[in-house]
Parts: sequence; C-alpha cells; structure tokens
Amino acid sequence: MNRSVVLDLSKLPPHGLGTASLTWWGTLAFMLIEGTGFALSIVVYLYLMSLAPHWPLDAPPPDLLPGSGLTALLIVSLLPNMLIARWARQQNLAKVRIGLVIMSLLGVAPLFLRVLEFPAMHISWDQNAYGSIVWVMLGLHTTHILTDLVETLVLTCLMFSKHGDNPRRYGDVSDNAMYWNFVVATWLPMYVCLYWIPRL
Amino acid sequence: MIVRDEVEDLRDTALDEVQLDRRLSETWSTPTGLWGALSTVDHKIIGRRYIYTAFIFLALGGILALAMRLQLSEPEARFIGPDRYNQIFTMHGTNMMFLFAVPVMEAMAVYLVPLMVGTRNIAFPRLNAFSYWMYLAGGLLLWIAFAVDTGPDVGWFAYVPLSGPQYAAGKRADIWAQMITFTEVSALAVAVEIVVTVLKQRAPGMSLDRIPLFVWSMLVTSFLIILAMPAIMIASTALILDRLVGTHFFNPAEGGDVLLWQHLFWFFGHPEVYIIFLPAVGMVSTIVATFTRRPVFGYLAMVMALVTTGVLAFGLWVHHMFVAGLPRLGESFFTASSMAIAIPAGLQIFCWLATMWAGRPVFKTPFLFVIGFMVIFVIGGMTGVMVASVPFDTQVHDTYFVVAHFHYVLVGGAVFPLLGAIYYWFPKITGRMMSETLGRWTFGLIFTGFNLTFFPMHILGLQGMPRRIYTYQPEMPWSGLNMFISLSAVILAAGFLLFFIDAIRSAASGPAAPDNPWGASTLEWATSSPPLPYNFARLPVVGSLEPLSNNSETLSVAGGLSVDRRELIVTSVVEALPEARESSPGNSIWPLWSALATTVLLIWSIFTPWAVVWGSIPVSIALIGWFWPKGTPEDDT
Amino acid sequence: MRTALVLLLSITATAAGGSGNQSALNSQGAPAIHVEHLIIGITVVCAVVWLLVMIVLGWALLRKRSSDSGPPRDRPLTTIVSSAVAATVVIIAALTIASFYTTRSIGLPGNTALTITVRGQQWWWQVIYADANPAFSFQTANEIHIPVGQDVQIQLESADVVHSFWVPSLAGKQDLVPGRSNSLLLRAERPGTYRGQCAEFCGLQHTHMAMMVIADEPADYQRWIAAQRENSVMPTYADAAAGKAAFLSKPCAACHTVRGTSAAGTTGPDLTHIGSRQTIAAGLLETTRGSLAAWIADPQTLKPGNNMPMVPLTSVELRDISAYMESLK
Repeated sequence: MNRSVVLDLSKLPPHGLGTASLTWWGTLAFMLIEGTGFALSIVVYLYLMSLAPHWPLDAPPPDLLPGSGLTALLIVSLLPNMLIARWARQQNLAKVRIGLVIMSLLGVAPLFLRVLEFPAMHISWDQNAYGSIVWVMLGLHTTHILTDLVETLVLTCLMFSKHGDNPRRYGDVSDNAMYWNFVVATWLPMYVCLYWIPRL
Repeated sequence: MIVRDEVEDLRDTALDEVQLDRRLSETWSTPTGLWGALSTVDHKIIGRRYIYTAFIFLALGGILALAMRLQLSEPEARFIGPDRYNQIFTMHGTNMMFLFAVPVMEAMAVYLVPLMVGTRNIAFPRLNAFSYWMYLAGGLLLWIAFAVDTGPDVGWFAYVPLSGPQYAAGKRADIWAQMITFTEVSALAVAVEIVVTVLKQRAPGMSLDRIPLFVWSMLVTSFLIILAMPAIMIASTALILDRLVGTHFFNPAEGGDVLLWQHLFWFFGHPEVYIIFLPAVGMVSTIVATFTRRPVFGYLAMVMALVTTGVLAFGLWVHHMFVAGLPRLGESFFTASSMAIAIPAGLQIFCWLATMWAGRPVFKTPFLFVIGFMVIFVIGGMTGVMVASVPFDTQVHDTYFVVAHFHYVLVGGAVFPLLGAIYYWFPKITGRMMSETLGRWTFGLIFTGFNLTFFPMHILGLQGMPRRIYTYQPEMPWSGLNMFISLSAVILAAGFLLFFIDAIRSAASGPAAPDNPWGASTLEWATSSPPLPYNFARLPVVGSLEPLSNNSETLSVAGGLSVDRRELIVTSVVEALPEARESSPGNSIWPLWSALATTVLLIWSIFTPWAVVWGSIPVSIALIGWFWPKGTPEDDT
Repeated sequence: MRTALVLLLSITATAAGGSGNQSALNSQGAPAIHVEHLIIGITVVCAVVWLLVMIVLGWALLRKRSSDSGPPRDRPLTTIVSSAVAATVVIIAALTIASFYTTRSIGLPGNTALTITVRGQQWWWQVIYADANPAFSFQTANEIHIPVGQDVQIQLESADVVHSFWVPSLAGKQDLVPGRSNSLLLRAERPGTYRGQCAEFCGLQHTHMAMMVIADEPADYQRWIAAQRENSVMPTYADAAAGKAAFLSKPCAACHTVRGTSAAGTTGPDLTHIGSRQTIAAGLLETTRGSLAAWIADPQTLKPGNNMPMVPLTSVELRDISAYMESLK
C-alpha cells in the first residue's frame, strides 16, 4: 500500500503536559478504581449500620480529636500541594525541591495522628462487624497515604538527582500532587462517615 | 553503535522507506533470547502470550467439564468422589470466568486495539507486561493448588459462610480469594491501558464517530471493569480478613451479614457477564461488516446500545438473589431492569440483521461463527428474560436450566464470536491463514455439539435437577437426558480439538497471509501480517470510519516523528487532534520483578497478615526500579 | 446431525412426559401451578420471537440479490429496525406485567393457620412443628406432612450455611440464610408425596440433601400429628429392647434425641419416630431394617463427609439397634 504524508507533526512538543500526558490520564483512571473502592467501603459501612439494632455496635462513638486533627492537617496540606503543582508547571526546580521536602513531611505527619485514630475507635477489628469495617476503612485510607508518601519520597530523591530537571519529572510531580488531592478528597466523606454518622 | 549526538533528533521525514524500517526496527524491536522475552513490552508479543495462555486455560477447563459429564452420565456413578467433584466444578467456573473469558477478551484488545486505533504500542506498556505476569501467576496458583488436591471447593461464587472460617478449613478458599486478587489486578491494569490508549492514542483524525465498533466495545468494557472489579476486590479481601484475622464482615452472630457477600459478589458478577459479552459484540460487528461488504447498519445506535448495556449492567445484580428473601418491591425493580436490558441487546441484533440483509454475505468461517452466535445467543437472551421474572426464577434458579441459560449466553454470546475472531484475525497475528475446510468442520461440530449438550439441560432443570450435585439417584427421571448430554459433550469436545489442531497446524505451516486477506476496512489491516514491532512505519491519518475502503490504494499518514526513541502521537479525546509526540517506554525486566514480588506478598499473606508489611518492601524496591529513569532516549524530552 | 436432532426431540418428548414428583412441570400446588402457567406462557412467546428472528436471519442471508443494483438505502431499514425495537419494548413490558401478576396471584405467606419451621443443616432438614403448648411441639427430619388444600407457611432458617428449600411440584424455592428468617407459602391440591432437595450448594453432601413433603387428607394429617406428639414407643421385641439399651449406652444418644428415653442430643436428627419416615439420611435410602443397619454400620461410605461418625459396634449390637430404629414408628 502506498503512503502519502498528509500531516506534518514535526513541530509538536516531544512530551505532552497536563491533559496531553498519558500518565495524567492513567492517574485519573487509577483514581476512579480506588474511588470506587472507597465508595464501596462506605456503602458496606452504611449497609451494616442499616442491619444493626443500634450503632455503633457495642462501642461508644469514636473520639473526635485524632481524626479531626488529621482532617485539619490534610486540608492544610492542600495549600503547599497546590503550590507545588504550580511550581511544577513553571518547571521551577528550586521551588519544586523545597515543595517536595515539605510534602514529604506533610505525608509523614498524618501517620502519627492515624496511629492514634485506631484506638480512638474504642473497638478492635475482631470484636464485631462494626470494628471490622472501621479498621478496614482506616487501613484502606492509610495505605493510600503510605503509597503517596513513598511516591513523594522517591520523587524528592529524583529531583535532587541528575534526572531531576526534565519536563517529564515535572509532569510526575504534578500528577503526584493530583493524587495527594485525591487522598485528601476521599478522606473527607470517610471522616464524616466514621466520626459523625455514629453521633446521629 | 550510533553516537546519538551525530544524528540528533532524526525524523522519519528525512528517511526513505528502507532506511526508516531499519531505524524503527532498531528502536522498537525486542531482543531475541530469554532476557528479551522476559523484558519485552511489545503489546503484540504480550497480547499473543495472553491469548495462548487463555486458550490453554480454556482447554483445561474443558477437560474439567468432560470429567463432570463422565461422572453425571449415569446415576450414582463412582468415577469422581464428592470432594474432588466439588473442586472440579469450582475450578471449572473459576477458571472459565477469571482465567479464560475475561483475560481472553482483554488479550484480544491488548493485541488489536493499538493496531485498530493506529498507534505503535499500548499505553503503559510496562504495566501491560506486569499484568500478564500477574495473570499467569494467579492461574498457576489456582491450578497448582488443584493439582495437589488443595483446589477451592466452595463454588466460583464462594458464598459465605460455606467459604468462611467456620466451614472451609484449610487454605482452599483462601487460594480462591487470592486468585481473584491476581486476576483483578491484571484485569484492572489492562482496563486502564485500554481506556488511555483509546482516549489519547488514536490516529490523528479518528474522532469519536470514527472509532471502530470493536474499539468502542473494549472502551465500554474497560469502564465496566474499572467500576465493577473493586467490588470483588473488597469482597475477597473481607473474606480473607474474616478467615485470617477474625474480622466479622460475614458473621451474623457479630453484626455481620451473609447477604452482604452476595450483594458485593453480584454487583461485580453481573457486570462481569457484560465484560465478557460486550467485546464479543464488537467482534461480531467487525466480522459482520467485513463479510457483508458494508459498514454495520446504525453505527450510532450500536454505540448507544453498548453504552446503555454498560450502564444497565450495574442495575441487575439482585436478579441473582431472587430467592434469598429480599423485599418484594426491590425484586420487582430488578425484574424490570433485567427485562429492560433485552432492549439494547435486541437493537444490536436488529442492526446486524439489517446489515446482513443490505449487504452481500460471504460465508467464510468467521462469518459462520457469527451466524451460530445469532442462533444461540438469541436463545440465551430469551432464557435471560425468563430468569429475570421472579416467579419463573424461583423454579429454575440453581438448576440445570440456569446452567443451560448462561452457557447459551457465554458460549453462544462470547465464545462463538471469539472463535470467529480467531479465524478472522489469525492471519494478522501469525502471518498465516487457518484452514477454511477444517474451519467449517470445526464450526459444524461445535455448533451441533453445543446445542445437543446444552439444550436438554433446560429440560433437566425444569424437571427438578439442581446444579452442583455430584450424582443423582436412579429413581429420578434424569438418567436418559444426562447420558445424552454426556455423549453430546464428546461431539463438542471433538470440535474444540479440531480447532486446536487447525490453529497449531496453521500457525506452523499455514499459507502465508497477505496484509489484508479479507478486504477489511480497519487500520490493523493497513500493516503487514504479522505487524512489525513498530506497527506502522508512518502513523496513519484517518478521515472516515472505514479508512481502508475509501482510498484503498494509498494510506494517508503523518510525518515528522523521531526515530531515535520509541515515539507515538498523543491526540485529543474527542476529535483526535494531535497534541504531542510522546515517547513510549522501552523494554524492562522490572515489571517481571514487580510481579514476582507481588506474587510473593499475595501468596504469603494467605498465611500471615505480616506478609503485607514485610512483603511490601521488595514490592516497593521493584516498583522504584521500574520507574527510576535510566537515561534512555525515551526518558528524554 | 439429522438423526441426532430426531433423537433429541424424541428424548425431549419422553422426558417431558414422565416428569416425576420433583418437577416444575408437574405442579400440584397453587403456587407452582401459577408459575407453571407463567413458564409455559413466556416460553411460547419467546419461542415465537426466536423463530421470527431466525426466519429473518435466513432470509437476510439467503435472499436473491440482483447483480447490478446499487446498495440498498438505509431509510426503510431504519423504519424496520425502529419498529422491531418498539415491538421488543412492548413484548418485554407485557412479560414484566405477566410476571408481576403471577407474583400477586401466588400471594404472601403470613396469614396461614399452620406454620412449620424448617432449619437447614449440613446435610439434612430439621423440621419443627411448634405449638403454643410445648407438650404438643415435636421435631422430625427430612419429612414434612401438610394437610391437603391448605396454605402452609414454611419458616426457613439455617443452622450453618446457606441452603435452599425447593419442592418444585408445590412451590418455587427459597433460601435458608444464616442469621435471617425467610418464609415460603406451600400448598398441595392433591394428596401425595412430593420430593424436594436443597438447591443452594452447601458443601460436600449438597447432593444428598433431599426431603419429602407428604400431603395428607385432613383426617390422616390429624392422625399423623397425634402420633408424632407421642413419645417413642417401648420396644416390644427382645432385639429392639436390646437395641435401645445399646443405643443409650453408645455415643448415639449424644447427638440424637429419642423422646421418652434419656437420649437428648440435638446435633443429629430427632429419631423419636424414625421408623415412620419413608427415607433415612435425607432421602438417601428407603427406611428398612437393612438400610438402617447399612447406614449405622458405615455412614461415611454411603454419604462421605456427613457429620455422623462411624461408631464401632458388634454385629449383634448393630442388628439390635437397627431393629430398635425400625420399631420407632
């Protein structure tokens, strides 16, 4: 078959950014998968609640302090997170490096509060179904904080290495920032579900 | 060795066809040898592997089916004891659903979608390699467990509490649940790849209304996978937790609920049927268009039907639970929604009929399988309407009627199109033609054998024969039909045997295939058979729904891509306007290491929860190795 | 292929004729009769539709095509396809309404004079006839007697895993779900024995979990109830008396109840009137002295994996216990 060149693409950028980036779409797709998982965990929580004679089952409502503190911390972390996304768009290496260090710390800090959240539930996973679902919801979200933290740490190392100053890396930084927004956004309905629904 | 600085950013426009082929081959090919095989990220090699593996699982699952037919051929037979029989039917269902049907459809997409949208590799090719290794590991886990008499024996649906800690001692149920994790990880990974490939890597000009119907069907299927599979992941994780660390999700004594499992399982399980069926719809549309010599009638209606089916698929799950004792009002809603899905299915059937009527049919083997599909699938659809009715279902649920129904739907609706698709795309995949004579015999045997095997099961079900029984007493009036079914199964098996013989023989020594043996009009036929590692020397530019039929002498292509790195084009979602030249990751061994590390973690975690903690360390290391830049041209910008 | 088809049709015909007493096509109770009408109705409609589709398919594929005419225009096709879709909508709506109507005709259990509780166990059916007066309450296993022509509510519970209660000639099935209670309306129009069996996979011996529903004329039913309320009969023959002694001294009594004796185990079926039941081991064997002996001697060969252990007995003990069991009418 003969080929006739009808389109010249030589002027196109050699790497897509934002919605022209494949990893951006991939991140979005994984967020859809995980978001469905989070939503289902809330559905399971509400389903078990609808069957229970009283709720929470054999436990007082969770203590508000650690969970609310973690929520506040996550919301605060959105500010540097948005800044780092902007700096990544500007491909400002120095600022991105600083931002990544801050975001690494802001990834570690919630873990300390999360450790306090489990006892604040006043129930163990193996006591009853209420205990099981709250531990699994907390655990599910913790794995997401951990995953993003590891990714942030690796990116921090990368940006301090010779591979750092590369549009592709800036794209990774902004995708990672988007994923952190997701980690925060999914927590909010879980926070309401875990801490406030038992008080209704 | 070319020093890169000398030829900084060499573009395809500077090269003639011979030079271009040579340079692209250097950039894109997979090295020979074991290391090359283990580290390749070529979607065609991985897709082929996926297809072969899935067909091996099909053959194994078929052997299990024959074993069951042997045991059921006469009353109180003693060929297989109850323990082994329960493992066998569990394995048959699990294997066919999770290791054959879903993976084989995704495998076809892994091979075909990048070619059909005119790109050089699938999006996230390393994830693709990873997904295959995970799939293989999950399949091996299940079959090795079965070989050492530890195969799951709780049904492919693994209802609690039978699969729970109290009634399923040992590791059989855990192996089932963890096999789910393997196959779901792999299926979800492929779904993400397909979605991004279809949305962002289409050839310039392939706007949404020019996407081939098979690609549309895979796009919808991938979204179904993304939205349905998390439910089974949550369910199987909860089951493992109940079994391993004593959570109480499914324990009614501690506030858990038995039906929660059924809800979660079928919220995934019903879309699963469409995850298997919708790709087949795409295959049928492709084959019908090619062998009636005209585009499928009602393109827009077909796409709408695909999307509608996908949406409705999430509103049907309760019809698997009509006898579980749910509120009457809910059941009525699900009767109506289950009936309603017959409307988009009917629309598709009518559009194909219209295409056949208006076209000029050519009765080659792929088309014969499509005709067989029409005959059988319509029966499956009809019995589907029957089981959607609550009172009807109370008599046939969990009987051989339902066995007949879903084999009509899944074998008729998906395996027949798949076999047609294999005959159709075999020349593209292997570069050789399959035998038309053997193809006709294969079709005849499978069509006859299938109907003789499965049609009588409708009657057995109405006569009161439940599913999943390993024998029956001679005073039950079922012996005659069961013997008849078992004998017919031999015809069916002979058909499949002939298919495998034909496929293996043709792959080795069939006549060489031209680029476009069927005179088809989609892009995969615009390149050689089999395609070179880079798929297209110059990426096609699309101006219509049928890029090869309007202008069959010359193919419009784009120029200006770099040949020094693996490069393809990213286009916009709706109109497929070029947005960027993008690199595609090169070969890497790290997906294999990652899959091995994940396999260790998952299997270990059947035994102790600490495996999640310690096992995640090698997984993290492998993933960092995977993503850490190696300074390759693909990493440049 | 032709001969095969002929064979298929003849087998279908004979099979449908001799449906037996466990068949949705041999309905003997109002709920099952309503459903059978629905089954036949929907099947006929679907068969006609399928035939029409096949005729169109054959015509579309094989019609004569004039060699030189251009491709047909799409416009008439659009009309035809749209009409076919509209027809589908109408048929689907009609079938949905027919289905709802059948559900309504069957009605709900609840306002019945007689309620029987059935508890599913791996792998037998515990049947409880509860009465306001505890002295009148009794249990049996794998055999349910109901009066003819009367609505009976079956209360369905499970002791272990999910089972499904299904007596196709009398009614559709309903699951027995642990932690939940379901109910089913059962009714027989004619006296007779109707076989049923567990329809939800429940483990190793799901296959051998059958039960008999016996519909009696009201007077027979009352006699049966009165007999079942009685304690077990005293053995009249020497072997049965020896069997009773052996039964009570061996581990048997730890799992089984025989009212009127010290045997009060609750793990296995109540044996107070086992000799009056048609079958043993959940429909596995006809109740005879021989089958009882075979079962007691080695339950694991007859029904591998069931929860009754093999109790070591001498041949004399085995014979005596079998005689005792048979005497428990």
